[in-house]
Amino acid sequence: MEMLNSAAAGAFRGRLLRLAPTDNIAVATAALAAGQAARLDDVEITLLDDIPLGHKVAVAAIAAGGQVLKYGCPIGSATCPIRAGQHVHVHNLKSDYFPTFTSQHPALAGKEPPA
Amino acid sequence: MKGYRRQDGRKGIRNHLIVAYLVECAHHVAREIVLPYRDRGAHLIGFAGCYPNAYAERVMARLATHANVGAVLLVSLGCESFNRRDLAEAVRRSGRPVRTLVLQEDGGTRAVVAAGRAWLEETLAVLHDMPRTDLDLSDLVVGTICGGSDATSGLTANPVIGKTFDWLVDRRATAIFEETNELLGCERHLASRAITPELGAELAAAVLKAERYHRVLGHGSFAWGNAEGGLTTQEEKSLGAYAKSGSRPVCGLLKPGDLPPRGGLYLLDVVPDGEVRFGFPNISDNTEAADLMACGAQMILFSTGRGSVVGSAIAPVVKVCANPQTYRRMAEDMDVDAGRILEDRGTLDEVTAELIDRVLRTADGEPTASEALLHQEFLLPYKSFEPLGPSCLPGSPAHGGQVG
Repeated sequence: MEMLNSAAAGAFRGRLLRLAPTDNIAVATAALAAGQAARLDDVEITLLDDIPLGHKVAVAAIAAGGQVLKYGCPIGSATCPIRAGQHVHVHNLKSDYFPTFTSQHPALAGKEPPA
Repeated sequence: MKGYRRQDGRKGIRNHLIVAYLVECAHHVAREIVLPYRDRGAHLIGFAGCYPNAYAERVMARLATHANVGAVLLVSLGCESFNRRDLAEAVRRSGRPVRTLVLQEDGGTRAVVAAGRAWLEETLAVLHDMPRTDLDLSDLVVGTICGGSDATSGLTANPVIGKTFDWLVDRRATAIFEETNELLGCERHLASRAITPELGAELAAAVLKAERYHRVLGHGSFAWGNAEGGLTTQEEKSLGAYAKSGSRPVCGLLKPGDLPPRGGLYLLDVVPDGEVRFGFPNISDNTEAADLMACGAQMILFSTGRGSVVGSAIAPVVKVCANPQTYRRMAEDMDVDAGRILEDRGTLDEVTAELIDRVLRTADGEPTASEALLHQEFLLPYKSFEPLGPSCLPGSPAHGGQVG
């Protein structure tokens, strides 16, 4: 956990927070709009979707079935190919433990995985 | 710091009088008794069920003899199955004033409300005059919960609580984390922090038991607000929740009602043993608070991102707000603005120092936000547990011990 804590301690200056160096997602520390370029370490990521505060954006391409890493640990598998800059959430990431509780909630409108 | 010394050597950071209903049928009368005295330290707790349950009797006995409790009034309908005589006897043996009122024997609603209030008047005056004694960090038992989590919980408030736990444990205080159902995906790392391999196996087994229990029920602890806040999966939420445990070795596994034998970091298993019998085990954050208090927690560090307002009967709740937008909407309900880390208005270490200061002032008697607003939520569900296994508290001749 020391790794986790110190990563959180040092990385809040940008608008994207990567909690561990191996992570293929980063967390938005402010609401970010599609089209914005957000700087992460030494790379610029162009956002393909709006990213609400606290939500995740892919910082590298992730293949369908590939593991999504946060805090350096897997948080589930991609249900479709994900490009760098895309929003990563219930529409393209599923738990490897439980199916995420997905009723037809208004927050999910338009977030169905592409056919 | 000053606290209240109890006959068993433990010390409380509050001196509450609790009024406990022993079945839902006595709840209204108990609440009526408490109402005029809520701002003088009278708290309402109770168990709603009419059918006997060993877990509920054990937890109620622990709460009635909790270090923050100075006196107890039991309110019974009369025909419920709760063993009111054993509970009153456990309180009496602990050296606390206790009184039992039975609606079917003592004249019904109006007479029992009047008798109860008269007893509170007289007993609160006695509690008010009770001298305080010195309180050390090693006397403190601090629990933690998260409620209304979002993706900021695991980025700000939970790591701050983890660092505060490290600080407390290094000073011989006792720190307890729980939510085994929210640690799925962390069980191997958790096991590696146990002080013995056998304890590590018990910790991982507790997490996997929670996984099985929730799989039978068809879901995890994942609620809609979590997804709206940006958390996608159970294991992602778990890593964020796990951060509350800090980084120190885990020295024991507890079940509700087990008292930690010495200072250190403990995992509390709040998921019932055996077959799934009573439905979703932790139906709200306050059921976890009840389990933590049954293990002696005198204070609860409550991490929230979406914004919970709850407090608790008996143990002050310190609310650590992870999300800066939530803090601006609900500042009066919060104790610490940890979300400012996200806005570059403070570092993790600065907010940790603020929380430690808040913990010490709370222990010394300063009211928390939820106390000032007279919150005293309480909820005790049906659960069932088997006794701790022999590897759960390494180095202790007898685990937590039985009540009374």
